[in-house]
Amino acid sequence: MYDPYLAEIRFGTGLSPRRQPPARLDDMLEKLAGPDVMAEAFPIPRTERMRPAEAELHAAVQAVRRAPAAGLEAARRAREALFEEARRQRDRALVHTLLRGARTRDGMRERLVAFWANHFTVVPRYGSTRHLVASYVEDVIRPHVTGRFGDMLRAVVRHPMMLHYLDQHRSIGPNSQYGRDTGRGLNENLARELLELHTVGAGGPYGQKDVRELAELLSGLFSNTRRGFHYRVMTAEPGAEEVLGRSYGTPGGPERLEHVEAFLADVAVHPATARHLAGKLVRHFLSDVPDPAVVDRVAGTWRATGGDLLACYDALLSHPAAWAPERRKVRLPVEYLQAALRALDPPDREVRNHERRIVQVRYRRPLLRMGQEWENPLSPAGFPDRVSDWVTPQGLAARIDWAMEIPSQLADPLPDPRRLAEVALGPFATEEVLFAARAAETRAEGVGLILASAAFQRR
Amino acid sequence: MGMGRRQFLVRGLALGCSAAASPLVTPVAMAAAPWEQRLVVILLRGAMDGLDVVRPLGDRDFAALRPDLTGATGHRDLDGYFALHEGLGALMPLWRAGELSFAHAVSTPYRDRRSHFDGQDLLEAGVPDLESGVHDGWLNRMLATVPGLEPEIAYAVEERAMLILSGEAPVSSWAPAVRMRLSPATEELLAHVWHDDPLFREAGGAALSIARTVRDGDGSGEAVGQGPHVELARFVAERLMGDTRIASFSINGWDTHQSQGPRIRRVLEDLGETILTLKAGLSAEAWARTAVVCMTEFGRTARQNGSNGTDHGTGGAMVLAGGAVRGGRVLSDWPGLGEADLYNRRDLMPTRDVRAHAGWLLRGLYGLPGQTIEGAVFPGLELGADPGLLL
Repeated sequence: MYDPYLAEIRFGTGLSPRRQPPARLDDMLEKLAGPDVMAEAFPIPRTERMRPAEAELHAAVQAVRRAPAAGLEAARRAREALFEEARRQRDRALVHTLLRGARTRDGMRERLVAFWANHFTVVPRYGSTRHLVASYVEDVIRPHVTGRFGDMLRAVVRHPMMLHYLDQHRSIGPNSQYGRDTGRGLNENLARELLELHTVGAGGPYGQKDVRELAELLSGLFSNTRRGFHYRVMTAEPGAEEVLGRSYGTPGGPERLEHVEAFLADVAVHPATARHLAGKLVRHFLSDVPDPAVVDRVAGTWRATGGDLLACYDALLSHPAAWAPERRKVRLPVEYLQAALRALDPPDREVRNHERRIVQVRYRRPLLRMGQEWENPLSPAGFPDRVSDWVTPQGLAARIDWAMEIPSQLADPLPDPRRLAEVALGPFATEEVLFAARAAETRAEGVGLILASAAFQRR
Repeated sequence: MGMGRRQFLVRGLALGCSAAASPLVTPVAMAAAPWEQRLVVILLRGAMDGLDVVRPLGDRDFAALRPDLTGATGHRDLDGYFALHEGLGALMPLWRAGELSFAHAVSTPYRDRRSHFDGQDLLEAGVPDLESGVHDGWLNRMLATVPGLEPEIAYAVEERAMLILSGEAPVSSWAPAVRMRLSPATEELLAHVWHDDPLFREAGGAALSIARTVRDGDGSGEAVGQGPHVELARFVAERLMGDTRIASFSINGWDTHQSQGPRIRRVLEDLGETILTLKAGLSAEAWARTAVVCMTEFGRTARQNGSNGTDHGTGGAMVLAGGAVRGGRVLSDWPGLGEADLYNRRDLMPTRDVRAHAGWLLRGLYGLPGQTIEGAVFPGLELGADPGLLL
């Protein structure tokens, strides 16, 4: 049953020389139910507090376009300075995300934030929003990871980053006033992904007609730089829409945001959503081929509690399969860096260093080569989650390069490899790794071998 | 045959004691490819100006559209109507040998918004629009229609993951920039710490082996030129001499809003060296069965802009090379460059979908049925008439 080491390795961000693993399952759950300590310790501004804001960057770009010849250089410099600050904020958010994982006593929260942020993937469409992905996660993912799925879904669907990423701002009800005036029509992107990826899943009980009707239902959702999110009756397709067998709105109107919200509340607790997301959670934490009994249990809790996520995690963690000694999954690249930083425990000033070049060499380029380019997955499906997606020759080569080269930039002196093997692996230190730690020609290679071992990467 | 399977095994065994369990003798290394035909897809990221690369000198409206651009660099006559930018001059012997052709006035179905990222996503996903909810790449979907392939069959050779090859079918990837400079003792110890985990043992063994062949550089052909693109091409050629039949990578730097003359010349020279290095790295038999196709997300404006460059446009050109290609031709249903002929009075009008050309290549090289190409690989595409791209 419950194993404190597995709790940190499988469900958290790894073992640490200065943090004791939670002694009991209840401790884990209490931490999850308690305050979000790491968000305070290593802050990432929400969108509304982020400087520069999108509007400031946008204005700086416009200023260059409109600048008279005499003022052009100054306008360009002002624009560059703002974008430089935006890039700095982006680097800082990456470092803070890694630090949260490295320093937390509530490791599962960091894992859940990453899981749900990936589930609701966004990729910025404009240069002026490129630094706002981490803020999106702070806005709508992080506050809800231990709350209700329906609340997270509602927040995500209203967020400008999601609306822009999935082209919702281009979707016009063809029979709306605006649609009739301009001849423009629907864009189904958000509707399709809402069903296929975010809720009932690709195998779910829906067809093209549901996608179409949902796109009509969503056609009033809009966001722009000036006003942020709002509902535009002018673009909303008139009439009621039937999605997944239920009707939303009234035939004679008026069109309202409440109809969209009613649909989101329903789909969040739909049995197919429960099943899809229970499966995804279990695959993420336990196995690419999940035990159907565990999925059933989590899905059952989802249905019984109306998508209470904390209750679902409890259902997962209190199933015996959660604590099976065989570690079938492998740390994703971001988790890998978090766990390595946690075990190496370098001095604060080194890890907090978010100078551009440093972040590039230590984190961004390695993550890219490991296959998890920071904040840039290939599609709305987010990063993949099968072991075989990550343990590839290239992915592993990139981890080896990191393990051999970067730790000595972070910690001087490096930890003794024999000690690091105990710290990083706990009871999972194998004879082979202990042998390698002793036999390595240099301390850096000893550290590298431990971090490159299967024993360290499995969870 | 350069770096053959036998050498691969021998190197693996040279690793030492822990190789007794043969971490390098993976099923991957043992697989045989079902085809001899090879396809290399080079993505020209940034939007290549097809009108500058393959210049329609015979079109009476061409000269007036871009007087400074065309004057800035020279060209070589191709067929009396089109001329090739001198940056690709090194490929003229291929043209004369019938191993180089171009398709002009082509594009993906992407229209009007002209964003690099969306355009590239569409090119790699091979779909008509980004609304369609397709999350994988067309080369991967093509592989998925053929049962029993090993991951070695296809290589994505790029630092970041490539959409064009991502999806359900297992494929290989490698970034030549990965270093893996390890002492022999450390390599042995790595094999040791992966020993009991088959997944790590295989992937790690393959990583060590690939890194070693890249480092040693033996088994791969002569380099033509130097730079990361040449290293990349040597690596790809070496894979294609083994069990790999399909490879994809990118050459960036085509976004020539300013000073297009010198900028496009530099990337064209890189592209030329890349193709020549691929040829040099392949045996004559392998090159005879190879098609290299270079595609870009969209073309550029027909007119030059105010900073001696061009802006994002629509129709563009595609470069085809290889011994399997029916070369010496510029394929095009030429739309003309008069004001009314242009797309939105602005861009070269596309008259053929690049996906149709790619589909015909897959059909010719691998015998894929038309309905597989129009259904699974490029959903919704109409292949249309056979452009006769291959010998």
